[in-house]
Amino acid sequence: MIRTLPASKGYRRSFDLFIALYFLLLFAPLVVTMVLAFNDSPFPSLPWEGFTLDWFFGKGPDKFGIFHDRTNLRSLAASFRVALAVTALSTFLGTCAAFLFEQEQFPFKGLLYFLMIAPLVIPGVILGISILMFANGLGLVIENLFGLYLPVLGPGYWLVVLGQSAFISTIVALVVLARLKKFDPSLEEAAYNLGATRVQVLRYITLPYLRPAIVGGAAMAFLLSFENFNTTVFLVSSQPTLPINMYMQVRDGSTPVINAISLLLILGASLFAVANLRGKRART
Amino acid sequence: MASGRLRGGFLFFFLPVALWLALLIVLPHLELLRLSFTDSLAGRFTVANYLAFFTEPIYWLTFVRTALYSLLVTFLVMTVALPVAFYVTKVVDVRLSGFLMVLLLVPFWVSELVRVYGWMILLRESGIVNQVLTGLGLLKEPVEFLYRDATMVMGLVYTSMLFMVVPLIGVMDDLDDALIEAAYDLGASKGAIWRTIVIPHCATGLVSGGIIVFMLVLGSYLTPNLMGGKNSLWFTEQIYNQIILYFNWNQGAAFGFLLLLLSSLIIWAVLKVTGQRLKEVVK
Repeated sequence: MIRTLPASKGYRRSFDLFIALYFLLLFAPLVVTMVLAFNDSPFPSLPWEGFTLDWFFGKGPDKFGIFHDRTNLRSLAASFRVALAVTALSTFLGTCAAFLFEQEQFPFKGLLYFLMIAPLVIPGVILGISILMFANGLGLVIENLFGLYLPVLGPGYWLVVLGQSAFISTIVALVVLARLKKFDPSLEEAAYNLGATRVQVLRYITLPYLRPAIVGGAAMAFLLSFENFNTTVFLVSSQPTLPINMYMQVRDGSTPVINAISLLLILGASLFAVANLRGKRART
Repeated sequence: MASGRLRGGFLFFFLPVALWLALLIVLPHLELLRLSFTDSLAGRFTVANYLAFFTEPIYWLTFVRTALYSLLVTFLVMTVALPVAFYVTKVVDVRLSGFLMVLLLVPFWVSELVRVYGWMILLRESGIVNQVLTGLGLLKEPVEFLYRDATMVMGLVYTSMLFMVVPLIGVMDDLDDALIEAAYDLGASKGAIWRTIVIPHCATGLVSGGIIVFMLVLGSYLTPNLMGGKNSLWFTEQIYNQIILYFNWNQGAAFGFLLLLLSSLIIWAVLKVTGQRLKEVVK
């Protein structure tokens, strides 16, 4: 049954087989996607036509690699710009929320905490459409009252950033909160007794202690923003982010250039996973 | 401690959080509710958007279908994740256990789109699985595996598995081996050990994993859209069609609100039945 108890050979074998099958299915789609990025064929499928790096570096005319593919490169840049802004905004909001709910007392704290964790159980699609509708309504009101047209409130870069931050901030807040809960308040009290101001205490005591959690939360925010589709799809305008752009190509069929992009994304995500694990070990 | 100092600190933390929750969570959802009760042409109060949902079978059938399939996927994820988490924490050699846990997590950092794309390459009519099976002579003609409900369910199980495996590994790590050993020594069968020790111990993990998985599956768009066929048979696709294709925001708002209502109701019911609180579940 468990490793300390004797088990029949058949039982142990079949359990091992089940897990092997699980891992096979877990990795098969990723491995196949990566391997076919090197196939010298216009379609992302077998047969194997020979090894090529054209889907990365091909200059055309028949094969455009990712590094010469304008549309995909532009969406990649758009994703980076969005993810950087989302990381900054949601790290700030999430850290503020962690301090607010751990260190401050105020009326309706429970209600506000409930509202903060609500985005975790609101489907991303609904978050996207409600923010789209609210921004649009607000834009109309401002236009009617002041005769002022605010492009910020229409679909586009800033709306994507705000929409993604709406739920990513919650995730950062939970990561930071988990570490702040383990903080020894006597450290802050000692600093106050020695005459430190609130700002000095934050700057020299609490924030350095929280640093690993804030960095980990920020990295997670970046990745979640970079990969988000459900909320983003309702808020983009003429400049699609990478997942939106890839979705259209995957749906309509494409050359293995999508495999090349996927390979880069898989490598990026794996690096992130390893770094995150290291960070987690350092945090605890 | 001077109270003025504290007050300033409080406002510094409170204002950004209050603005975030008011402008990006509360007010947008109130606007969603308002639009869902508004006539798309005259701008007057109406219940027509909700009536359309109940009178058009395609709408409510898709809704029921989405809900039932989401429950099915949540159940399947539980039945697969339980033995996997058990194996990784309790059965496999301790030296391997840490490595397997890392291996388990890595694919899930990869975006959903890439993982679904991998399955499309494998399963489509000209895909790898067909080529291997026909090559081996197991299939005479290639079969289109994509665009079937069973494939879509498998894809949804695959993409949401992590959110069940992680909390389960967490709770199973806390399960004392001595309990299982004692039950074994007293002659309990494997089934009895699972029923009376392992599963009750994992209840909290099952509930929190179940809620997150259910919510993600219910609200997922990419997997049903790309693996489940082109007929808009997932409710998020109906919402997408209303907003993006037909530009009927009021109808889309009503659909969105119904989906939100459904997910909140089911989560609330699960929490009530199991006596847990949302606060503990999302940790």
